[in-house]
Amino acid sequence: MARRIASSPSLGLVDAAATAPVAVRGPAWDSRYTVLILFLPPALLLFTLFVVLPIGEAAWYSAFNWNGFGKPTNWIGLDNYRFVLETRAFWLALRNNGLIIAVSLLIQLPLALTLALMLAERFRGAVALRMLFFLPYILAEIATGLIFSFVYDGDYGLVASIWRFFGAEAPHLLASTDTAMLAILIVIVWKYFGFHMMLFIAALQSLDKNLVEAARIDGATRSQVLRHIVVPLLYPTIRLSVFFAIIGSLQLFDLVMPLTRGGPADSSNTLVSFLYNNGISRMRVGYGSAVGVILFTICVTFAFTYKRWFMRDE
Amino acid sequence: MRLLRKLGLAATAWLLALGAASADTTVKWLHIEVNPAQVKIWEEVARAYEASHPGVKIEMQFLENEAYKAKLPTILQSKDRPHIIYSWAGGVLKAQVEAGVLEDITDSVKSGGYSDTIAPAALAAFTQNGRVFGLPVALSQVGFLYNKDLMAKGNVDAGKIKTWDDLLGAVKTLKAAGVTPIVVGGADKWPLHFYWTHLAVRVGGKPAFDAALKGENGGFAGETFQKSGELFKQLVDLQPFQNGFLGFKNPQAVGYFGDGKAAMILAISSFYHTQRALAADKVGLSDDKLGWFDFPVVPGGKGEPSDTLGGITGWLITKGAPKEATDFLKFFISKDVQARLASGNFIVPVVKGGEAGLNSAFMKRIADNLSKSNYHQNFYDQSLGPSVGRVVNDVSAEIAGGSMNPQDAAKAIEAAWKQGN
Repeated sequence: MARRIASSPSLGLVDAAATAPVAVRGPAWDSRYTVLILFLPPALLLFTLFVVLPIGEAAWYSAFNWNGFGKPTNWIGLDNYRFVLETRAFWLALRNNGLIIAVSLLIQLPLALTLALMLAERFRGAVALRMLFFLPYILAEIATGLIFSFVYDGDYGLVASIWRFFGAEAPHLLASTDTAMLAILIVIVWKYFGFHMMLFIAALQSLDKNLVEAARIDGATRSQVLRHIVVPLLYPTIRLSVFFAIIGSLQLFDLVMPLTRGGPADSSNTLVSFLYNNGISRMRVGYGSAVGVILFTICVTFAFTYKRWFMRDE
Repeated sequence: MRLLRKLGLAATAWLLALGAASADTTVKWLHIEVNPAQVKIWEEVARAYEASHPGVKIEMQFLENEAYKAKLPTILQSKDRPHIIYSWAGGVLKAQVEAGVLEDITDSVKSGGYSDTIAPAALAAFTQNGRVFGLPVALSQVGFLYNKDLMAKGNVDAGKIKTWDDLLGAVKTLKAAGVTPIVVGGADKWPLHFYWTHLAVRVGGKPAFDAALKGENGGFAGETFQKSGELFKQLVDLQPFQNGFLGFKNPQAVGYFGDGKAAMILAISSFYHTQRALAADKVGLSDDKLGWFDFPVVPGGKGEPSDTLGGITGWLITKGAPKEATDFLKFFISKDVQARLASGNFIVPVVKGGEAGLNSAFMKRIADNLSKSNYHQNFYDQSLGPSVGRVVNDVSAEIAGGSMNPQDAAKAIEAAWKQGN
């Protein structure tokens, strides 16, 4: 988000300067000046108000031991960061975010791509199937979480009935440190694969069919066409999809809360739910801010690196 | 032009309305009560006050419990803050007083002998450095509720559970008889912290808690608190809880008990009544099937058997509130209203004479226990403030889940205490 807002004024500048007829008549700097005055302030204001200031404030608060009442006065320097790094639950949360990214990349995206390849073609029921797979994405996160907390319930849930059908005693998936995160990962894949599938279908439908046809005429098999033509042409979309998956997983919060609230024993916290549970609900504003700054640093580093390395030409 | 005129008219109308409204006083009262039966009585009390005090309007606002706790610091520092807010006393109250967001109502409370009508220990909970910032409304006690049928099925005589070892024995017997001994809402963590903290009350008594606050005897990492964890672990090792207890939220657990699926629950006294509403059939267990025994004592423990763990809840007056707010609060926390709430089994009253309203044997017993108690320990997660209190909850859940040993648990609390103070 930050990246896009930041770059829009400069884009506007280049476009307007290049295409505006005024640029030809008057001195060049003059029109650029007009454009700057017109287009820079709104974006700059929004960016400053909603991105720069809050982050700056968080960085400032993170140097205090402060419970949110009155003004922060108890300056403790970098101690909050040390406290965060000494918290076992923080590392568990970081590990869980890593797990979510891994599952998104290794299971969710391949699944979405496979389904997209199957459903991009026109056949009876294709549209209906697409809608069906896309539906989970439309559901609100909180609602999804509540639904699945019933599905997973070890006494009354769907999973429990399936287990019992086979004569086994049903596990309480969300109540065990070993399985809680696994249960959440399943929900994540279920909820978001449809979104990525739709991205891929859109890309597949705008592919240049001539290339595929030409390859076919040259005698390429289906799998060769797929490997050497279709997938390479999808790379821009795949890169975008990966970007969304990673940023989405770093921000994940509202699915976790109704399912486990990060428990048991912090085994299913994500960074954001860790921030909420350990910062906000404990009224440790300084500590929470420190977590926020760390999370922000991770996101920004990732976004810039990714853009630089993988999305250079877009 | 026409638009401008319209705007001007609207602004004038608004200013007039504002003038009219400010002629009266509105007292904003923010609460978190979810039981409609109790809120109905409050409404009636508010309307009665309005009727006898023309020009005063009592406006009730509601926030859900967790949302209330999270939003409170922001609410209190806004210009539009409510005048009367809910409180569990303890560390949060202390922080609020230090931040200067509460009104000192000492003079009003002391005038006309009003403060003498309130149980001193309860009023003390809302007093900081000799100044009063709010009024208590109710007390509660933590102890074991049990299902008489299931105890009989396991051949356990609940009346004979006096010591911690008795409890462990009862758990073993019940398990052998195929009965789930105890249900607990482990996902909420605080129902588990009752075990650890009540053991600490039994093992160390008041002196140990006071010493820990001062950092003496190793603080919360000291012997008393390690011992509490070890005793708790003895219970945990018997696997006394229902399957998947770490995934149960408290209302679910209380409902499970109301459904007659477990023999015992370590409960706040108010669960005696809430189990009915939370049971699947909305009926729950009837009075003749319910029993209560106080938390067992620990042999060699320094705490008195009459010491209690429980809540002290009340209402605070925020900074800049009109004097009508305090006046209404005194009207609300009076003998008659307290007796009325007591007769509905909503509270154990704090106003002298309010106990006359108690009509169930159970509530009378709790009121009796509390009046005999010389050391009523407020819930740790309230009295220590949220930053340390929630760590107590965390480590209790971790001991219960087997992921932390009692020594590390005590150390974690001490570390949090040092970080926060």
